[in-house]
Amino acid sequence: MIIPPSSPHIAGPNSVQTVMLMVLLALLPGTMSGIYQFGWPALFLFLITSASAVAFEATCLKIAGKPVSFFCMDLSALVTGWLLAMTLPPWAPWWIGVLGSFCAIVIGKHVFGGLGQNLFNPAMLARTILLVSFPLEMTTWIAPRPFGTPQSLDVSAGWSITANGIPNLDAVSSASVLGHVRTEIGMGHQLPDILVSMYDPVASAVGSISGSLGETSAVLFLLGGLFLMAKKIISWHIPVALLGSVAVLAAIFHLIDPLRYGDPLFHLLSGGLMLGAFFIATDPVTSPVSSMGKIVFGAGCGLLLFIIRNWGGYPEGMAFAVLLMNAATPLIDHYIKPRIYGHEGSAIGRYFRQLKRG
Amino acid sequence: MAGFPIRGGVHPEERKLTSDITIMRVPTPGRLILPLKQHIGAPAKPCRVPGEIVYKGALVARGQGNVSAHIHAPCSGYVEDIIDWPAPHPSGLPTKAMVVINDGREIREDVSVPVNPFYLRPEVIAERVAQSGVVGLGGATFPAAVKLTLGQSHRTPVLIINGCECEPYLTCDDRLMQERTQDVMGGISILAQALNGPETIIAIEENKPEAIRLMHKAAEKFGNIRVMPVPTRYPMGSEKQLIEFITGRQVPAGKLSADIGVMLHNIATAYAVNRAVREGKPLTTRIVTVAGEAIVRPGNYEIPLGMLISDLLEFCGLKEDPARIVMGGPMMGQAIPHAGIPVTKGCNGVLAMSAAEVARRVEHPCIRCGTCVDACPMGLSPLTMARLLMRDKLDAAVDIGLKDCILCGSCSFACPSGIPLAHYFNYGKGELVSRAQQKQKDDEIKRLILGRQVRMERQEKEREEAMARRKAEIAARKAAQAAAEQADKPMEVA
Ligand code: SF4
Ligand code: SF4
Repeated sequence: MIIPPSSPHIAGPNSVQTVMLMVLLALLPGTMSGIYQFGWPALFLFLITSASAVAFEATCLKIAGKPVSFFCMDLSALVTGWLLAMTLPPWAPWWIGVLGSFCAIVIGKHVFGGLGQNLFNPAMLARTILLVSFPLEMTTWIAPRPFGTPQSLDVSAGWSITANGIPNLDAVSSASVLGHVRTEIGMGHQLPDILVSMYDPVASAVGSISGSLGETSAVLFLLGGLFLMAKKIISWHIPVALLGSVAVLAAIFHLIDPLRYGDPLFHLLSGGLMLGAFFIATDPVTSPVSSMGKIVFGAGCGLLLFIIRNWGGYPEGMAFAVLLMNAATPLIDHYIKPRIYGHEGSAIGRYFRQLKRG
Repeated sequence: MAGFPIRGGVHPEERKLTSDITIMRVPTPGRLILPLKQHIGAPAKPCRVPGEIVYKGALVARGQGNVSAHIHAPCSGYVEDIIDWPAPHPSGLPTKAMVVINDGREIREDVSVPVNPFYLRPEVIAERVAQSGVVGLGGATFPAAVKLTLGQSHRTPVLIINGCECEPYLTCDDRLMQERTQDVMGGISILAQALNGPETIIAIEENKPEAIRLMHKAAEKFGNIRVMPVPTRYPMGSEKQLIEFITGRQVPAGKLSADIGVMLHNIATAYAVNRAVREGKPLTTRIVTVAGEAIVRPGNYEIPLGMLISDLLEFCGLKEDPARIVMGGPMMGQAIPHAGIPVTKGCNGVLAMSAAEVARRVEHPCIRCGTCVDACPMGLSPLTMARLLMRDKLDAAVDIGLKDCILCGSCSFACPSGIPLAHYFNYGKGELVSRAQQKQKDDEIKRLILGRQVRMERQEKEREEAMARRKAEIAARKAAQAAAEQADKPMEVA
């Protein structure tokens, strides 16, 4: 007998594919701006990383005996590769991209069982592995050389950097703002003096600073993130909690000691915070499912990020912060759930409901 | 008045394309199939035998037990047979049904005489509603009279009339409110009277401005009846959600709405109550929205109960072979395996959907996006429940709220991975029911076995006692004999 399909008989507009497509669309402006700033090598690295991520995905699916074309169509591997590329130094050699994709897709995703099964954000896991294993390549930043300016490289020079590495490192390298601040503060200098020479909020916002592709244009990634929110692809909870907690912490410490700690704007515009808050921490698979859980997750990321930035061993802590909160996600999901209709719920929930009723 | 916010919900495309189409009567076909169970509770018991002549409106099957409803003949003619017929259930398994042949003469036999309901006592109203076989016509099919009695025994100071019609496609309640405003209003006032004049609120979704306007006008002459527009959002028309929106209170788990002093009836039920109480007419027809891309003449039709969906589709015309036929709305309606199923009391829509129209989404793995958690109006975690049910962990699923799921389908609708979440919950709840039935059966068997044991023990004991008695008797007799002999001896000696 044919058992007819069960209700509902209509479906909402979003599919995994459209969700991923929207994410890619939202990433596009920031990515293009980054590539424009850093020229051909950045473009090559970006293409190599994204393409190898898809290739690893296909290989893993084949080995696992799953339908390759069906799953590759969900675009999730492309998003992972793309996000990873956003966090690499733009002039890093090709093998950094390929190795990173391998770590992300094979170790970070398929070892756990494929789409939806991984505990850690694959792109952040890969970035962390690379950072620990190849600290030199992963911390070589260059100053922007936009296309069309005299310093920009032509195609073949650009390709040779991606293929063979940067020939004369010292001549081009330039510390990122966060890295520079950390070194100088370590040397006992005061923050305002340090920043005078190199920090310009406008440059940070539009992205004409050194850093990874995703660390440059804070404004464009912010806009991309707002687009995703407007399209209801991501909810506001994680980004707002993350950015909010960073801003609040920054404000407090800036008030306490402005000579040592940057103001909220400095923190919000620096590093990959916008990219991280809107595109990385919001990865559905590795973040909590409930709204309340998402707020806790976002605030946790912000807190950890702030701690690592100011007192940890690395100038930028997005990857570590996200990974640590990823590990806490099962716990958050277990303890923070919505209250079921008609049930009493927790004592805290009851208290807040009473407050609301007045 | 603004309502209290409710949780979750979704915004499906409304597709209420038939909201401007006037209700049209469908001619009664030559043969009607009346399932004996068209309501929640025990099936009705036929009170006519095959061959017996019936008139339109005559009682043909009597409700059994506390929760049940009468069934009446929608036409005049005769009872042909009582047979097994596929029921509107996904399995399509047969249930008992009465076949009535229509002689086309339309001879009426109403249950009782028309009255002015204004002078009726609440119990009498409930009695007349019961006589007419009215059940909840929004789809719940709970016998309306039982609900009224329940409301009378509890104190229910609030009566909510549900005119939300939050399911996409459906427009039958909307049309009813627009075209038969006075009758609907009459029914509402009767329901209010049956509950001793509670505060009455008619909830209508904002996407029905004309119905709101007309009902508002009609309500003006009643002191304690008012119309409340509610936001267009699925599942606003679900009992629990609507109660929370209007009163700000939630029905505690495992309790009835009457327990918090609220009674809820549907617009179509109110209309049927009006006919039943005022005119003495039983429930033999209902308004059904017929829609879907495969239909030539979609619309709102007044349909005799027992008409086969195949006859109905023929009347409305089919453009193509429908990919799916649904009884009810697209969110909670039941897909039926074939069109040979009759329209019953709870059927508010018949959708013949084209292949392009039905959701045929390929299923992806869950990406833990939490969309289903946000969409669930009951505050459940559908992804977790579904994962547990996939692994057959029924008890664990119950622990995290399976019993609270109202099967609204919001989660499935919203899931980007196309996971049929509600399907798992439906299955899980089915398992719970069969488990409960099995337990009942086991208990019954246990009881029987235990009874037998007790009986046997008793018999054994009785036998033993009898034997002991006999032994005692024999012993007594022997003793008596001996005593007698003893008594004789001295004599001898003497
Ligand atoms: S909506 Fe679907 S994909 Fe998202 S968490 Fe729920 S079940 Fe998983
Ligand atoms: S079907 Fe159940 S779990 Fe899904 S949204 Fe509705 S109430 Fe929640």
